[in-house]
Parts: sequence; C-alpha cells; structure tokens
Amino acid sequence: MAKGRVGVNEERCKSCGLCVAACPMKVLRISDKINKKGYRPVEQFKEGCIACRMCAITCPDVVLEVFRLEDDKACNA
Amino acid sequence: MKETKIFEKPKSMIDVTTHYCPGCTHGVAHRLVAEVIDELQIQERTVAVAPVGCSVFLYNYINVDSYEAAHGRAPAVASACKRLLPDSVVFSYQGDGDLASIGMAEIVHAANRGEKITVIFINNAIYGMTGGQMAPTTLVGQKATTCPLGRDPKLAGYPIRMCEMLATLQAPAYITRVSVAKPKYTIKAKEALTKAFQTQIEGKGFSFVEILSTCPTNWGMRPVDATNWLEEHMMPEFPLGVFKTPE
Ligand SMILES: Cc1ncc(C[n+]2csc(CCOP(=O)(O)OP(=O)(O)O)c2C)c(N)n1
Ligand code: SF4
Ligand code: SF4
Repeated sequence: MAKGRVGVNEERCKSCGLCVAACPMKVLRISDKINKKGYRPVEQFKEGCIACRMCAITCPDVVLEVFRLEDDKACNA
Repeated sequence: MKETKIFEKPKSMIDVTTHYCPGCTHGVAHRLVAEVIDELQIQERTVAVAPVGCSVFLYNYINVDSYEAAHGRAPAVASACKRLLPDSVVFSYQGDGDLASIGMAEIVHAANRGEKITVIFINNAIYGMTGGQMAPTTLVGQKATTCPLGRDPKLAGYPIRMCEMLATLQAPAYITRVSVAKPKYTIKAKEALTKAFQTQIEGKGFSFVEILSTCPTNWGMRPVDATNWLEEHMMPEFPLGVFKTPE
C-alpha cells in the first residue's frame, strides 16, 4: 500500500472535522493548538497515511496538501 | 524518502481564508470549480457571475473576471456576457434562494433560450446568508425560521426539483445533479463540472449542475452530522443523476 503524509495549512483550518471523518486510516485529529482565528487546526498524529487524498477532497478550506512517500532505493512493487 | 505532492490548492483559487462557516460545503464547490478551470486551462477567458447569498464573495476566492448580479439575475447577466464575448467561458454560481425563488424567471428563460452558459446551482435546502429561512427546496418537515414546526406542504407546497423541471425544456444540453456529502460523491461532482464546462466550450448549449450542499449553521448541526443528513435526507428527495446530456 502507498505511504503518504499530509501537510496542514494551520491558519486556514476551521476545525470542522470533515477530514477526520473522511480518513479511512484514522490518522487525523483536531489538535490542541489554537490558530490566529481561534480554531484548533487538524493534525496527523500518527503514521499510516496511505495518500488516498480523501481528507483533501472533503476539506472545504483547502487546508491539506497530500504527499506520496517513496523509498529512494526500493521499488514499491 | 522521496516526496511527491499529489494534492494542492488549485492555481486559480486565491490564497485567502474564506468567510464561510466551518464545514460549509460552498468551499468544496468553489475548489472543484477552480480545479476544473485549471485543468481545462480556461482561467484567462472565464467569467464568473456571483449571486446574492453566502457565495456573494465568490470573486474574492476564484481568480477570474467576475460580475456580481442582483438577486436571482445571474443567468441574465451571464447570457449578455456570453453573447457579447462568445469566446469567453461564462458561469453563474447561485444558491437555491437566489436561483429557485427570486430568480426563477431568469433561470427558466436562460435555459429555455439555450444560452451557451454554465449554471452552478448550490442547493442547501435553506436561505443561508439571511439566517435560515425556508427555501423552495426546503424538505417537507424540515425546520426553518419561517416554518419553525417544519415545512408544511399544505401551506408551502413541496420542494422544487430544478433539474427535473428544466429537463422538460427542449433547449438545454446538459443537466445533472451531484452531491458533495462525501468524497465519493465529490469526485463525481467534479466530473460533472468538467462536462458542463466542456459542453459550453464545444458550443453545445446550456449546461446546469445542481450541487447538493450543506449549511451546518442554519441546519443547526455539526459539519459531519450535516454531511450525513445531506446523504440520508436530501439525496433521496433530490436524486443524483443526469437528466439531459449533449448529443
Ligand atoms: C432583492 C433582494 N431580496 C432579498 C434579499 C435578501 N437575501 C439575501 S441572500 C438571500 C437568500 C440566500 O439564500 P440562498 O440563495 O439559498 O444562498 P445561501 O446563502 O444559502 O448560499 C436573500 C433572500 C436581497 N439581498 N435582495
Ligand atoms: S491521504 Fe487518506 S490516509 Fe492520508 S490522512 Fe488523508 S484521508 Fe487519511
Ligand atoms: S450560513 Fe450556511 S451556507 Fe452560509 S456560509 Fe454558513 S454554513 Fe455556509
């Protein structure tokens, strides 16, 4: 299975939680931090992201970027 | 580890925080429109017509030439723009109060004339901006400030299904209803928007995409509950599908 990670634009997040519900691997949660608008931004709190993009597709505020991770040497076949 | 970015903000979306409430799917619809504009490479010749309603500031978020039309009149403004600038790609973006209530005449006649424009219709079953009044699309039994006991069809009739109604007309080329309740529907919604813009670009006629959307604030729900409510209650009443497709 592909490996991935998400990047969070914390200042854009409004804590709506739609991405947390959409993630099939349950690697996202609302964090304890507070951004300038007073919302608690989402965070990826553990490994296990499969780079499926469901979180980013569901986010109404384009908070998330998704990256696919590949080992430099090993091929992923 | 090599990292490849596989999802980022579309180029034609302006990098600002929107004024939308947390979890409001207007934002999802905006992003899909911007993604399609990028993918079809039409940013330079696209013209947006914003409505009156929560999406009145559309032009602050999607980086294309824009108008802001009087309430409900967006299809008339879009028609004029397209006739004067036939090489432009013109779309209106309208809520259900704007399109199906005060603007009912404009949308029906623009569709009936077969204007070569694209209309994006955000159906969230309520008036969002003004604080949650009943819309023509409010479900039977659904509560709103102007029907606190729920919509009573004996007093207020039944929800208007715009796609089905417009599909009785001969001129429109493409009419479809999609949803952004869950990612699996959102992926399909983008395909529909792509087809709608292509219909216009290929000169095939009027295209209409109804997007079932949430209004967590005026529905009085958490954003995730609102997406579930949309799936469970709105989608059966407003079935997804293609009602007209270009020859
Ligand atoms: C001529 C006129 N009548 C009434 C209003 C008040 N008004 C502003 S927005 C709106 C309806 C908004 O609802 P909708 O189109 O469903 O969009 P939403 O806010 O839900 O996205 C109304 C009635 C107005 N601005 N102008
Ligand atoms: S890309 Fe998929 S697995 Fe990774 S955080 Fe987003 S929803 Fe979860
Ligand atoms: S009032 Fe409703 S439609 Fe308007 S921004 Fe808030 S959630 Fe969205």
